[in-house]
Amino acid sequence: MTNDIIILPLVVHLFFSIVLMFFWNKVDFQKIFSVVANFIALLVAIWVFIFVYNNGTQVVQSGNWEAPFGIVFVGDMLAATLVLLTAIAGFAVSIFSTISVIRARLRFGYFSVFHFLLLGLNGAFLTGDIFNLYVWFEIIIISSFVLISIGGEKNQLEGAVKYFALNFFASMIFLTALGVLYGLVGTLNMADISLKIAEVQNRNLVEISAVLFLVGFGIKSAIFPLYFWLPASYHTPPSAVSAIFAGLLTKVGVYALIRVFTLIYGGEGFLSILLLTLAIMTIFSGGVGAIIQNNMKKVFMYFIICHIGFMIGGLALFTEVAMAGVIFYLIHDIIIKTNLFLISGLIYRIKGTTNMKKLGGLYANYPKLSLLLAIPLFSLIGIPPLSGYWPKISLILASFNAEEYWFFGALIFGSLITLIVIAKLWSEVFWKDQPKINFPEKFIYFDQLRIGQKFTFIFPIAFLTFVTLYIGFGAEHIQQLSQRIASELINNELYIDAVLKR
Amino acid sequence: MRTLILKSASSYLIPVLLIFSVFILLRGHYLPGGGFVGGLVAAIAFVLDAFSNGLEKTKTILKIHPGFLMPLGLLVAFLSGISPMVFSDLPFMTGIWAENPIPVIGAIGSALFFDLGVYLVVIGAALTIIFTISESA
Repeated sequence: MTNDIIILPLVVHLFFSIVLMFFWNKVDFQKIFSVVANFIALLVAIWVFIFVYNNGTQVVQSGNWEAPFGIVFVGDMLAATLVLLTAIAGFAVSIFSTISVIRARLRFGYFSVFHFLLLGLNGAFLTGDIFNLYVWFEIIIISSFVLISIGGEKNQLEGAVKYFALNFFASMIFLTALGVLYGLVGTLNMADISLKIAEVQNRNLVEISAVLFLVGFGIKSAIFPLYFWLPASYHTPPSAVSAIFAGLLTKVGVYALIRVFTLIYGGEGFLSILLLTLAIMTIFSGGVGAIIQNNMKKVFMYFIICHIGFMIGGLALFTEVAMAGVIFYLIHDIIIKTNLFLISGLIYRIKGTTNMKKLGGLYANYPKLSLLLAIPLFSLIGIPPLSGYWPKISLILASFNAEEYWFFGALIFGSLITLIVIAKLWSEVFWKDQPKINFPEKFIYFDQLRIGQKFTFIFPIAFLTFVTLYIGFGAEHIQQLSQRIASELINNELYIDAVLKR
Repeated sequence: MRTLILKSASSYLIPVLLIFSVFILLRGHYLPGGGFVGGLVAAIAFVLDAFSNGLEKTKTILKIHPGFLMPLGLLVAFLSGISPMVFSDLPFMTGIWAENPIPVIGAIGSALFFDLGVYLVVIGAALTIIFTISESA
């Protein structure tokens, strides 16, 4: 079995999803089963991570067809890390879903589709075939479309249509790029493409396909100027769904950008200028968007956009220090963004709203809880020694060394604006006195829940906060891991040799 | 609208369509055909029955809810996918074949069970969609 170990995260999620479909109407069973299943998936992911960490890049040729002809699954360090992070986020969100998502929604196969979404994410991280990557993206879109529209409220459907239309458009551009690339090199295996693309005479066409990939993945990862679908849709579904979207869906776009622009188009000069400009604009527009919003969920959504810019900019610099910063930021960001939306879900359950003007007095009423929530919020800003601080050092250092002062300025601007907005949020939500609000009827407040039900709200947040604390205080380990991934990405011969067994 | 012509024709057509769908399913792999097309043809047989005899009667013929066929088919396909990993330590989805071909059916391998899974999923999905639409109409 150890030959196939990297495919196990896919197999377990597929299996759990099928089992959950058999128990379509038994919601209570589904809740327990999904939590247990996600715990098993977490153990599998840890196993895969340790195995890849000790034994290097693993390759599975599905159907025993040899690369570059068959579809390969490649578990390099980056993929294994992201699979582990997906499992951590999935475990936390599945616990959070059990009580916070209402029964009417769970009845329509919520957990089954949730496992399909995790299957798609794991598949996208593990595949070594670019057309297969497209297929995993489709699985992600279809399952996320079900999750975003389940419940069928009016604003939810409005968000879902925007989300689906834009993401479907992005997939079409991705497919076009694939077609152009396949026409140029005649292969779909990413390692093989990487070898053959250097020999292509028609450089203009190579650049066109690169730009098409950039647009396709750019829409999915919500970079400037095509980010507008994200604020229009992410706040509409329940917080648990928003959390998994915020933590992982845009990051899978970033992952695809990292993979394609290191492995296939590594070091194309004109691209770095383009990526850098987009990154600066993304940081700026995301930051400015966050400052004017009054709804907590919307503030966090603009932060997603803002912080995507950090990663894209680091990718544009394309040095080992910058890439280490990007990977560290990615690790930090997946955990923290998932947690932020869980927090907004918890606050919604306590107060019945996420509008910052109507919130207040959280610190007076729930001092211990506020302390817990402070940790992820401060990590987001990057107050040393919490987790956001360390990747920013690498990114700032790299931008300074590369003499990209605009990006340097944008990084400072992005961090500063995060600080301002979080300070505003803290004083509005936690310190200010509770203003008079009309509580909606038929709404079960946090205080009315039983202790076990409260646990399902607090535990995922505490769990993710613990991971964040580990990333902050164990930064040495994460930095080593990031540097190893960065050097694997820059020196892509290792990846190519592993896939093609040279 | 139920016409006598459609009703008498369907009673002959439905068994033929079902047998044809199995034929297409078994013909797959090397020749055009396979689980997807076979499943669609089988679904058409039931849809034709629903047109001519009414939806309620078709449901009694089917006995189980068509939605149940989807997880069942997925499970069959899934098991055929992981069987090489479990039984013979080969990579995921490798085709394993029985040594001697069986008369009429031909060579049996894990690919056939994968196709069978697809067949069931397609019937389940197509019938669930069509039944839901015709119920709400």
